[in-house]
Amino acid sequence: MRAFDYVRPDTEDEALALLAEPGTSALAGGTNLVDLMRLGVARPERVVDVDRLGSTEVVERDGSLWIGAGVRNSDLAAHPVVRERLPALSRALLAAASGQLRNRASTGGNLLQRTRCVYFMDPTKPCNKREPGTGCPAVDGLSRDLAVLGHSEHCIATHPGDMSVALVALEAVVHVRTAEGDLSIPAVDFHRLPGDEPHRDTNLPAGALVTAVEVPLTPLAGRSTYRKARDRRSFAFGLVTVAAALTVEDGVVADVRLVLGSVAHKPWRATVAEDAIRGRAASGSVFDDAVRAELAAARPTDQNAFKVELARRLSVATLHELAGGRA
Amino acid sequence: MTQPPASAFDLTVNGTRHALTVDNRTSLLDLLRERLRLTGTKKGCDHGQCGACTVLVDGRRTNACLTLAVTLDGREVTTVEGLADGDDLHPVQQAFLDHDAFQCGYCTPGQICSAVGALDELAQGWPSHVTDDLTGEVEPSAEEVRERMSGNLCRCGAYAHIVTAVQEAAR
Repeated sequence: MRAFDYVRPDTEDEALALLAEPGTSALAGGTNLVDLMRLGVARPERVVDVDRLGSTEVVERDGSLWIGAGVRNSDLAAHPVVRERLPALSRALLAAASGQLRNRASTGGNLLQRTRCVYFMDPTKPCNKREPGTGCPAVDGLSRDLAVLGHSEHCIATHPGDMSVALVALEAVVHVRTAEGDLSIPAVDFHRLPGDEPHRDTNLPAGALVTAVEVPLTPLAGRSTYRKARDRRSFAFGLVTVAAALTVEDGVVADVRLVLGSVAHKPWRATVAEDAIRGRAASGSVFDDAVRAELAAARPTDQNAFKVELARRLSVATLHELAGGRA
Repeated sequence: MTQPPASAFDLTVNGTRHALTVDNRTSLLDLLRERLRLTGTKKGCDHGQCGACTVLVDGRRTNACLTLAVTLDGREVTTVEGLADGDDLHPVQQAFLDHDAFQCGYCTPGQICSAVGALDELAQGWPSHVTDDLTGEVEPSAEEVRERMSGNLCRCGAYAHIVTAVQEAAR
């Protein structure tokens, strides 16, 4: 691991001033960054420890749940309001990592975790995300776990998170502090597609701090869930994950949210499918046709075509479950 | 050659307070093993994937390998060496002996510390990935124990007895 200076600022203002310097990384729970530093993927000259700056409060206010950036994944998953009124969020957090890691991982840090693409994680390999302009060996290489939607010739990495997928389905807003002032970024716009700048995972301005996540407590959010398909039953990254919410009135879908995880550089909000489901009968054939229409945009490699079919089946099963069927 | 950057901090380990200055790169795991000579905590993968390094930080189970020691100023760490009360073993330690819950023993300190943390989480009513009703009571069923202990790998495959031991300790 490269040697680094360690600073633990007492205030957000101090932290923002420190983070403005090049070669600086913000450290929260450390479950991803410390590993990347040990691998030589992240090589900060200075680490600014913001782990104790982030609020650890979870507060209900104005019809939303406000989650401090320092709230641990384990505490958030177990929070009574999250369990009762935002089940997709609780389920997503509980499907992620291990009990030990959830105890350390923070809300803000989780949003900023990096891809687990094996080329990104190996500093001896080219990678446009790690070193812009060096190329992407994954496109024609080991791509089994990688993106099938929204990727570019420069990068087919996926965002590996679970929590963020649920946050997009729940229409959360990420609150951010920068040296110039406060910003609110809808969760759906927080992560980005790679395009020709795959080194940028998110639309978070450089040197900014995530301060809180706001999740509206709507009736739709209360009818949400999260499912995850992976290579082993626990403690593994998703191959495909689904966060969904559905309300049905008199057999007709009143409203729906469908978001796919582990299939793109960002949580993939399936708006084509949502539009084809909303106002229609809550039936398996409607769900299936809608999801097929969404996945028509998929461009899998020869190694990850199975993810498209897996996404279809998992999406339809999850919607069916929310509609009251068994799946 | 200049010294690599280091930081000073206070840390309590198994009830003993230490004033320490370490290279900023030092993990809690290496601090425990190399500096404080508490070698009960084991290094397996050093990437947070195997759980062999699990300790309790302020009572919560944590991967010591992914924790930079300098971040722990003022915290309290409990390792496997700190669980027993003199010759009286912690109930989880006793249950591992009674149920033959290990073979080579390398993962065992991490398994035991993880189980102590997991049982506390169960006692607080935290749900898990396999809990059907997120708002209901949770029971230490074998399925629940397996899911909650999934961050601890055992290459000998002693899982069957580990699950039984953790369930026993939950009673």
